[in-house]
Amino acid sequence: MLAWTIYISFIGVLVLMLLPRDDARAARIVALLTAIASCVVAFVGAIQQANPGEVTTIVKVPWIPSIGASYYLAADGISLVLVVLTGLAAVTGILFSWNIEKRTKEFFAFYLALIGGVYGVFLSFDVLLLFVFYELTIIPKYFLIARWGSTRKEYGAMKLALYSFVGSHLVLIGLIAAWVVARAQTGHASLDLLELSKISFPLGFQHWVFPLVFIGFGILAGLWPFHTWAPTGHVAAPTAGSMLLAGVVMKLGAYGCLRVAMVLFPEGVRMWQNEIALLAVIGIVYGAGVALVQKDFKFVIGYSSVSHMGFVLLGLATLNSIGLSGAVLQMFSHGIIAGLLFAVVGRMVYDRTHTRDFNDLQTMQLGKLLPFAGVTFVLAGVASMGLPGFSGFVAELQVLMGAWQVFPKSTILAGVGIVVGVAYILRAWQKAFYSDAVVPAKSGHDHPLEPISMPERIGAVILLAATLVIGIFPGLLLNWIQPCLNSPLSMFARLLNGGPQ
Amino acid sequence: MNYFQIIQLAAPETIVVVTVLAVLAMDLIALRGRSVEQRFNAGALVSIIGCLLAALVAMARHESFNLMNGLLVVDPQTDFLKVVLLILTIFTVLISVSGKFTEHVGEYLSLVLLATIGLMFLVSSEDILMIFISLEMASLSLYILTAFNKRNARSSEAALKYFLFGGMSAAFLLFGLSLIYGLSGSTNLSEIATGLAGKGLDPLLLVAIVTTVIGFGFKVAAVPFHLWAPDAYEGAPTPSAAFIASGSKVASFFILAKIMTFGFAGVEGSAVWHGYVSGWMPVIAIVAALSMVLGNLTAIVQTSVKRLLAYSAIAHAGYMLLGVLANTPASLSGLLFYVITYALTVLGAFGVVTVVEAATGGDAIRNFAGLSRRAPLMSLCLLVFLLSLGGIPPLAGFIGKFFLFSAVVGADADHLGLLWLVILAIVMSAVSFYYYLQVLKQAYVLDAAAGAPDIKVPPATLFALVLLALLVILLGCAPGLLTQFL
Repeated sequence: MLAWTIYISFIGVLVLMLLPRDDARAARIVALLTAIASCVVAFVGAIQQANPGEVTTIVKVPWIPSIGASYYLAADGISLVLVVLTGLAAVTGILFSWNIEKRTKEFFAFYLALIGGVYGVFLSFDVLLLFVFYELTIIPKYFLIARWGSTRKEYGAMKLALYSFVGSHLVLIGLIAAWVVARAQTGHASLDLLELSKISFPLGFQHWVFPLVFIGFGILAGLWPFHTWAPTGHVAAPTAGSMLLAGVVMKLGAYGCLRVAMVLFPEGVRMWQNEIALLAVIGIVYGAGVALVQKDFKFVIGYSSVSHMGFVLLGLATLNSIGLSGAVLQMFSHGIIAGLLFAVVGRMVYDRTHTRDFNDLQTMQLGKLLPFAGVTFVLAGVASMGLPGFSGFVAELQVLMGAWQVFPKSTILAGVGIVVGVAYILRAWQKAFYSDAVVPAKSGHDHPLEPISMPERIGAVILLAATLVIGIFPGLLLNWIQPCLNSPLSMFARLLNGGPQ
Repeated sequence: MNYFQIIQLAAPETIVVVTVLAVLAMDLIALRGRSVEQRFNAGALVSIIGCLLAALVAMARHESFNLMNGLLVVDPQTDFLKVVLLILTIFTVLISVSGKFTEHVGEYLSLVLLATIGLMFLVSSEDILMIFISLEMASLSLYILTAFNKRNARSSEAALKYFLFGGMSAAFLLFGLSLIYGLSGSTNLSEIATGLAGKGLDPLLLVAIVTTVIGFGFKVAAVPFHLWAPDAYEGAPTPSAAFIASGSKVASFFILAKIMTFGFAGVEGSAVWHGYVSGWMPVIAIVAALSMVLGNLTAIVQTSVKRLLAYSAIAHAGYMLLGVLANTPASLSGLLFYVITYALTVLGAFGVVTVVEAATGGDAIRNFAGLSRRAPLMSLCLLVFLLSLGGIPPLAGFIGKFFLFSAVVGADADHLGLLWLVILAIVMSAVSFYYYLQVLKQAYVLDAAAGAPDIKVPPATLFALVLLALLVILLGCAPGLLTQFL
């Protein structure tokens, strides 16, 4: 059933391509219906899955027998969490793109192609298939930004595309090498993730191949110092583009780190655990620090994404159950919260004021002009700071608890990052919405801002509700994540239990 | 063995020869005085029917026969390659019909078919003399095809360059082959290997290896023997360039792999990291590495799409040489998969360039601006072709790379000794993505100059392009359709 999330998205792309050239309204409606349909399928499929702790096969047919590749879609609890996140991000992204008038049909076609690819990555249990979907997302990302973006869009788009491509090629080198070594060891070719996860690769091999694959995926997860695509890409992207980039595309990287790099090379992770944690913590503190001094509203959120993704990577590096489950929960939580923040900045503010510079925004009294945007940003900001009651709290707390057991010093530094996180949100909050700067009586700028539209309100409410529900009942997702990690038969068992099996 | 049997064995080639005569005669006699367009359509129709017939004959027979000690080898593999060559010829003819570069329709089409015959004989010979003759037969036709745009001085310049370089490379090749004959006493590939066995790496043999590699290096445009390629691709009429880049590549790579693996069996040497042994492998490794690096880096700065495709062809030749070098059954079938899908893709890309050139008067990258609005279906095809060349899944180019590279690494699974070449190839293919994206950026991101009209794509060309794009997608999603024959 869950496979239909992928198919529906690509059917949507085809339908959009067949629509008449300039019918924007039809394109929007088709896109929204497609996204809702795939989101409903994602929810129903996820709830129906009886045992989230096990890998449940959806479809498995041979694809290229000579190299052992199969068309193997399956899901365990971690996939379910991310598939549901993708569903939510897809629907709300379209709601916040309701005002796209230029080449609407092409915009949504690329958008849905990207979504389809993302669903595919989260559901693939064949390494080659996962890689196919992973690379499939690069092209729509590039065109969405280069065509419909703003500030230095062609530069941002090309940078993102090249970083992604270089990253995925590092992964490809690692995969080919691992495939050859595994074939030499077992005597038959296989690209099945579950089969590969049972193979013990030689230690010397894991020592160099793990960092290659981890960094390859990590580039897309905003791993410091390979994160520089993220702020420029986020800023250049159209609102829905940044929502998807921060919301799900960065998760693709983190998911790949966990599902491929770490599962295949558990000894490699142990060898490089400290270095990963160090990079993650630098990312947390650096991202937060840089966000604190930005003049551009969107760059604040862009760097905050780097900082929050640092928690995901730190959680992965802990190699204990609580840290890993925190990392997965943080993927979900950051996907929702970052989506909301970008929606406020890009759609609610920038599309109306045409500026993101704090100096200009300060004079506009947006808190009074756009009260809905102000309140949404306050709530999203509070969620982003990690206040109890919102999803970010549970996730970051788990990551820190996990990290405390392994690297106490880094954990303290990460805590500093959280404090800085409070500061940059408060600063943005005050400068953009509730500044008491005196309003200069400008004659040219007195036309009223267009009120917040219904699609925007619905989108904001959906995302706020998601972060609140998970904040109050984290068990809803943890019941999916934890059985996956704790089951002695799962693919993560080697990773958590320590030592070669 | 009487002549009738020989003709039977060479039935596909014979059919194409008859087609050549029919096309020439029809154009000179029946269609005199008609418009170029009518003559092109009629000639193309006859050529395509002839090629289809030949392909059917080649596909229908399942015999294996070795005539006169390797002069003509018929087996399912060579028959399949002939079918591929014929299909590539059909597509070349289809993208030619809209061309306005010549009024000598009959001569043009018959030269394309003659080149095809040369290539068909090339793939089915295991005798160095026959290899040389059929290679020259194909090359001479290609030189003329390059010069076919008489009104354009660059076309003549390109052809002269191609001819001079090609002639020199033929001399090198002949020199190398004659040394091999002298050393082994035979012109048959497997007898050469027996003759050379046990003699070790004689200095004379080393010269023979190097000159043979030089000769084929010219044909496949590998660095440092690539200098003719960008000029020839740019100056030649685009369909001719497409044929040079597709059909001739497929046959040349197949025969190069055959000569190296059969003829030079026993003097492979080794190109593994820290395990260098002299032989033909290190020679190929150097040429491959140079081609990948130089081809990709030079392509970045090109402003003409045809030159860009030429440098990218050099880079792709580098990847394909890795398949020759790995020298395992898996790498040979990986190489064939790669070169066939590459040929289909590059034909499509040149087809799009032909149309854009005819509509906008040039092949500069900026002439592609706004193509997605001016010709939506065709630019979708261009997207497929360029992304496949760049190696984006699930297109054929990606699967080809995966087959090829995994086979190369797998050739030394214990020490991963060839991994360094594959790492170089993969890093360079990441570079290549940049310049393919530059072209696509024009088509999909930038707008055409205000008031630019929609581009009318000739139906035959559009049909060919859509078919090629579908093939590229299909072979990427279901590579088994092709691998079963290799």
